[in-house]
Amino acid sequence: MNWTWFHRLGSPPHVYGFAERWAPWIGGVAALAIVVALYGGLVLAPEDYQQKDAFRMVYVHAPSAWLSLMAYSTMAVAAAVGLIWRMKVAHSAAAACAPIGAWFTVAALGTGMLWGKPMWGTYWVWDPRLTSELLLLFLYIGYMGLRAAIEDPQKADKASAVFAIVGVVNVPIIKFSVNWWNSLHQEATVMRMGKPTMNGDMLWPLLLMFVGFSLYFAAVVLIRLRAELLRRERSASWVREAVA
Amino acid sequence: MSKFFAMDGYGVYLWPSFALGIGVIVLNVILALRSLAAAKLEARRRLEMRS
Amino acid sequence: MKASAVAVARLVVARDLRLAFRKPSQLLQPLLFFMIVATLFPLTLTPELSRLRDAAPGVLWIGALLSSLLALEFLFRDDAQDGTLEQFALSGQSLTWMLFAKTCTHWLLSGLPLALSAPVAALALGVPAEAMGSMVASLALGGFALSLLGAISAGLTLGARRGGVLLSLLTLPLSVPVLVFGADATQRAIAGAAIAPPMYMLGALAVLGVTLAPLAAAAAVRIGLE
Repeated sequence: MNWTWFHRLGSPPHVYGFAERWAPWIGGVAALAIVVALYGGLVLAPEDYQQKDAFRMVYVHAPSAWLSLMAYSTMAVAAAVGLIWRMKVAHSAAAACAPIGAWFTVAALGTGMLWGKPMWGTYWVWDPRLTSELLLLFLYIGYMGLRAAIEDPQKADKASAVFAIVGVVNVPIIKFSVNWWNSLHQEATVMRMGKPTMNGDMLWPLLLMFVGFSLYFAAVVLIRLRAELLRRERSASWVREAVA
Repeated sequence: MSKFFAMDGYGVYLWPSFALGIGVIVLNVILALRSLAAAKLEARRRLEMRS
Repeated sequence: MKASAVAVARLVVARDLRLAFRKPSQLLQPLLFFMIVATLFPLTLTPELSRLRDAAPGVLWIGALLSSLLALEFLFRDDAQDGTLEQFALSGQSLTWMLFAKTCTHWLLSGLPLALSAPVAALALGVPAEAMGSMVASLALGGFALSLLGAISAGLTLGARRGGVLLSLLTLPLSVPVLVFGADATQRAIAGAAIAPPMYMLGALAVLGVTLAPLAAAAAVRIGLE
């Protein structure tokens, strides 16, 4: 098996070039997907039997929550790769994921509250899913705080990597909390064994939103990754060309 | 049209919800680009100081 | 010279105990803090015992958590400052094992005394006498898990500025499961119900902590010492 592609991933100038070239394209496709999905969800999809038009909030709430989890998982995997293979690029990628993930955790919690009020009658309950999602936000903040507090960039990389990996146990808890415990929050309608329980007309905009959000995440991570790489490679020659 | 905005009475929750989502999307793009611009500036300054 | 694991543990524990008893005020501070926190609630909320009893599980466990955060400061700090931690890492013995021994000693000096003296605070909060035994057991077990989790964040924040605040920030999300099950156990004890389910969960968390926390803490300490 040819591992050249993996080794190239460890080279900052190579990754920088890749990120510079691809971020705009990925971002463009993401924007298109999101716009089309929004139209599909807000205009085209029929209203829900029980929730009427309120169910449309799924098109912003579920992808936000999905992104909050994906960002943390990506961060934890990048952190592990960075620790195991001692790749600075991996640590940079982990750092890039954190602020995005934190913001989308806020978005997930906020949109969830706005959906919960009309549906459950309350903005908040301390049930397992909401509580563990809130914990996710604290984990992100702790991660970023730890990075900021350690002077030496390599120590900061490694320490925050350990913390990210320790905290990743929260991700499956969030995902499966609705299955494991009696939760006010409804169970998964899309990401489950067997067929999705949602109507086709309602489902395609949601799936497209997931795709759009995922591509968006990739694009923004690539932008932040470039910034991280520039900040670390203080004296390397490729930087001169990159910022000229 | 007004029916669209009312969303069966749920509009007062739905539209802020989408505003929040779109807001966070746009905000993260802006923050990321700003971070990149700042990093480039820093790098340029460092290179200048060296030469 | 590879010493036996038991000998290493015995040395580490003995040293920590000896050093701790030279500074008894350091041992008493977290305990006193717990008592004060527990007293503040009746003063600020309500003197009615029946209502205090409802809040008691939360008050006791939050007090225990905050007290444990305070106590975590002295888990690694002195040894990091005088270079002992470095010697541990360089000694050729298992750093994971040594840190585990240190964490156990830490619990013996902070978590366990807190659990044993909690009945005093609990009485003031209206907890019935029959519930005391179960409450102490849950606080002891939960305190052990908290010490283990705290060792991770203590190791991570060794080289950090304003480490104390950061330590709390990092430990809190990790300790929520312990809090949830511990408070549930205390709640059930007060109500006279069986405490086995949450105790099993606390036990599971403690076992998870024992297997994984010292490893993570050792990794964290090594990073800090580089």
